[in-house]
Amino acid sequence: MRLKIQYYALLREQAGRSEEWLETPAATPAGLYDELAARHGFTLAREQLKVAVNSEFSDWARALEAGDSVVFIPPVAGG
Amino acid sequence: MFRLTPQPIDTGAARRELRDAGAGGYVSFEGWVRDQNEGKQVTRLEYEAFAELAVKEGERIVREARARYPVKHALCVHRVGSLDLADMAVWVGVSSEHRGEAFEACRYIIDEVKHRVPIWKKEHYVSGDSGWVNCERCAVPGHAHRLG
Repeated sequence: MRLKIQYYALLREQAGRSEEWLETPAATPAGLYDELAARHGFTLAREQLKVAVNSEFSDWARALEAGDSVVFIPPVAGG
Repeated sequence: MFRLTPQPIDTGAARRELRDAGAGGYVSFEGWVRDQNEGKQVTRLEYEAFAELAVKEGERIVREARARYPVKHALCVHRVGSLDLADMAVWVGVSSEHRGEAFEACRYIIDEVKHRVPIWKKEHYVSGDSGWVNCERCAVPGHAHRLG
């Protein structure tokens, strides 16, 4: 399954890119993060993040579909 | 309404959007860039947003405030990009018939925005070091390795 992943803030720096298309066996955002954390050396644990699919907050166990756009959201610090 | 802007926030224009003949009061909050955080001397900072979701979540927060408190108008504007010390990072304004609900709605909006909207802040320090607020110290060393 081919997915689009966009990176922000600390994850963007650690991934060394703002986005990528990825062919992955991951069926859920949780599985996808574990795969990407291993590949890019992310230091944030999944428990510290939220996830968005197609620009809306999502459950970690949601079934991903081909073409979905996924964003992992590190702890926020607006204001 | 909730907006992101790469330009300095025009508080005069923002305030004018809240004017209402039925409003007897107006409350605003400005968040400024401070020169120190957690014992480190800050020289400047950068805000980065996941814009599409930030605006959605920001709009949700303003709608929630309007549902909780009977205000006339409410607006929040948040900067993105590079900011210097004392620059305004965020502005919240609320107009209402009476002052009480304007204070409460303004407080609700800024508190929720800080906790929920996908905006990140990278601080640059006098030491030359830098860090993403709320991300560096909570990082788990070796976590990615353990996953691998």
